[in-house]
Amino acid sequence: MKKSILSWLHKKKDNSVSAHTDVNTVPLPESQIEGLLEHGPHMEPQQFISGCGQSIGKQRDHNEDCVFTISISIGGEKSSYPLGLYVVADGMGGHQYGEIASSVAARTLSGYILRRFIPYLSNPASPMDESIQDLMRAAINDAQRAVTQAAPGSGTTLTAALVLGQQMTIGHVGDSRAYAVHPYGGGEALTRDHSLVKRLEELGQISSEEAAVHPQRNVLYRALGQGEILEPDIFTAPFPQAGYLLLCSDGLWSVLPDSTIFKLITSAKDLQSACQSLLDAANDAGGPDNISVIVVQLKT
Amino acid sequence: MAIIRIVSNGQEATLETHKITQPIGNEPEEENVQLVSGTVLVSRYVIQDVIGVGGMGSVYLARDQHFPNVVKLVAIKEMINRAPDALIRKTIVQNFEREANILASINHPSIPRIYDYFSSGNRSYLTLEFINGKDLEAIINETPGFLTEERVLGWAIELCDVLQFLHNHKPDPIIFRDMKPSNVMVNLQDHIVLVDFGIAKPFLVGQKGTMIGTEGYSPPEQYRGEAGPLADIYALGATLHHALSRRDPRLEPPFSFGERPLRKINQAVSAELEAVINTALQYNPEDRFPSAEAMKEALIAAGRKTGVLNRVGTATASIQPQGGIKPLWTFQCEDEIRGGPMYYGGSIYIGSYDHNLYSLNAADGKLIWKYATDGGVVTRPAAFEENIFVGSEDKLLHVVSSRTGKIVWTYYTEGRVHSSPRIAEGHIFFGSDDQRLHAVKLLSGRAAWRFEAPAPIRSTPFIAQEMVYFGCEDGDFFCVDFRGQLKWHYKAKMAVTSSPWVADGVVYFTSLDGMLYALDARAGWVIWRFRMGKGSISSPYLMDGLIFVGSADGNIYAIDIHTAKETWRLKTDHQVNGSPTIYKDALYCGSVDGNLYCIEYKTGRLRWKFASKGPITGTPLVYDDIVYTGSVDHFLYALLA
Repeated sequence: MKKSILSWLHKKKDNSVSAHTDVNTVPLPESQIEGLLEHGPHMEPQQFISGCGQSIGKQRDHNEDCVFTISISIGGEKSSYPLGLYVVADGMGGHQYGEIASSVAARTLSGYILRRFIPYLSNPASPMDESIQDLMRAAINDAQRAVTQAAPGSGTTLTAALVLGQQMTIGHVGDSRAYAVHPYGGGEALTRDHSLVKRLEELGQISSEEAAVHPQRNVLYRALGQGEILEPDIFTAPFPQAGYLLLCSDGLWSVLPDSTIFKLITSAKDLQSACQSLLDAANDAGGPDNISVIVVQLKT
Repeated sequence: MAIIRIVSNGQEATLETHKITQPIGNEPEEENVQLVSGTVLVSRYVIQDVIGVGGMGSVYLARDQHFPNVVKLVAIKEMINRAPDALIRKTIVQNFEREANILASINHPSIPRIYDYFSSGNRSYLTLEFINGKDLEAIINETPGFLTEERVLGWAIELCDVLQFLHNHKPDPIIFRDMKPSNVMVNLQDHIVLVDFGIAKPFLVGQKGTMIGTEGYSPPEQYRGEAGPLADIYALGATLHHALSRRDPRLEPPFSFGERPLRKINQAVSAELEAVINTALQYNPEDRFPSAEAMKEALIAAGRKTGVLNRVGTATASIQPQGGIKPLWTFQCEDEIRGGPMYYGGSIYIGSYDHNLYSLNAADGKLIWKYATDGGVVTRPAAFEENIFVGSEDKLLHVVSSRTGKIVWTYYTEGRVHSSPRIAEGHIFFGSDDQRLHAVKLLSGRAAWRFEAPAPIRSTPFIAQEMVYFGCEDGDFFCVDFRGQLKWHYKAKMAVTSSPWVADGVVYFTSLDGMLYALDARAGWVIWRFRMGKGSISSPYLMDGLIFVGSADGNIYAIDIHTAKETWRLKTDHQVNGSPTIYKDALYCGSVDGNLYCIEYKTGRLRWKFASKGPITGTPLVYDDIVYTGSVDHFLYALLA
């Protein structure tokens, strides 16, 4: 009876009271605590590692995608948290504007975010005033301004993941995708495509099979550089523990089924070979578009 | 799907819906005759009155005799199948059954519940929840002058909500297809209920492009037989246009809304709302909102921009529900109750400003014992192994036996204790106005450590992953480990009086600076901030990806934890300084306006509110279907949840 009441009392909130009702609880000595914390191979400092890859594909003559990755780890006395920024942008528009749009978008966003983090890197005690989500929003708006100036009339997708410690904040516009891939198989898309066809699918107007071959499947209703007001999707979620974060352009996900993508990542011997297998598989499937992939892992 | 039916010889039988064909009672078998008052259907429903007449039959108000002690009213919808061909008749009945089954399996506050269904010969009947109110067409006709934007916006948002629900139905989306003012009932609480789910719709065979729906409100593609969810959006836009302009689209050429701009006819309509309705009324479906959800967001955004939304909730929340809520029991203390009650071992423990800690029987509210301290008890007690722990304004933490109400031991601090204690890992943690967070060993009653803060600590600490999280009165928020070492701290602009909530690596808390913060629990980075109208001392509650909290601006908010977007808010008539709690599918929260609110936590719909005679500032407690709340009016109330 005691135990059930206690567990009811404390089950509402995640408090650390567990089933210790009959035991005299005394705080453990230091040595025992240290011993308990060492479970399994443990990496110090925690760090993000990533691999990325690009291919023009089989049917295009130049690359309009852009990728950007940066991983920062700081180890030492004062524990610090790893930081990573991973960006994929897929440009569109004639007269080389596609590659200008994607490049400007990715660099502007990354530059904005990194500039905000430099003071923190130099001095961890100086707190950042902006919230992470506001930072991402401002960076995307900055990228939007830059793209409309540098390549008017063009457009680009932008999917950016800012990972800090265990939390990842994703800013997303367009139909490039972010996926969480689980270590033992399976995974799910974290972002939703801002494409007309995805909308129709969500509404049940067409099936996913029909969506895959729909003549208007490349039409986006939201993209950077297009439209006056930009409403990016911004959300924060825990980084897939022991798994992977995958960012990719539609050159990958539109030609390979999700299950194949997940398998290629989890069965690869390292991140770089994972990226290579994904590019090879997409090209084997016809390679109709530029392909870009970034795969990220958190080593703890 | 089975319905239990009492057949006329008194035996109960369980029948599959699609197999019912036997005679069902003493109703007349003549063609097309309306049932008269007093007729009894299936020996159960007594027809009282006719409340509507439609193309396929009538709608009756009936009394359900299965509830002899009360008057249980139901609506019975009749469908008389006049098709000449036997195969078509059978198809019509099957359609009727299919839609009845779908409606029986969905549950939404804006859709009437189905209780029963039966058919015989050429008639089918549907027993539905009786909605007491008027339909929108009647309201438009009977209101002199224009309806206010507040009312129409409130209805519009609810209609988008129910359309979103229908369109997202799995496995197949449900398209309403007949959105128009006469199908929108407005109940006595000014909430909308959609009626007429096409059950009485004629099934037209052989006509080119089966046109279902009502002229005037239907979009162009529906005339081609291609009605999808976007057709409902058009029809909703048409309904709102009619409601705000008083111009019935059935009397005008089809698709001519552009010739009757809303603001030209009704100057009181805001440009923002007109823009939303115009988008919904676009000729091409792809130019409208892509979903009911998108339209709802646009309506909310328009309402926020024009300030109308702040007034929308007031209209609904201030209407008293029919019949007051009666408490199961009440208990009167000698002074105000500011803190929240706690349940342990069949008793409710509550402190009061009258210096006492009370132990009451949870079932009947009888006093078991009371324990006197030397100062007001405004915190929620904690329990561990037969002892009750509570802080008092007399600067002590009191530890009292739950059985006898006698003191076991006390612990001294140098300031008043306004922070409720939290027990974890053999220690009790609480803050004091002496600017320290105290960690006391339960076995010995001695301090394990004390953490010095720059200001009094009134917030209840939250323990997660061997870290202690708490705020203090100058705006500092701390994360301290189990040895009392500071891990990180964050400075908000004003006091953090409320208690934090930690889940999945993120800590949430509010501040008097008007913000709800979400910080990385390990590192202290701000992930997002949500701005409320005014400061808050309400502690957030997390459930299902949503965080719920009150504010001095009078609102109770529900915020999505991943996107930091507001999902809903409910306006009360005064500050919400107490903290919410959730039990099953409802959220309970008190307000300084004296009411305890019971709200469906997913939708923000008010279920009921109970009026006490003074502000409610503590967190309610729900246990075993009973809600317990204290009030400044000196009473502790126990209500049915």
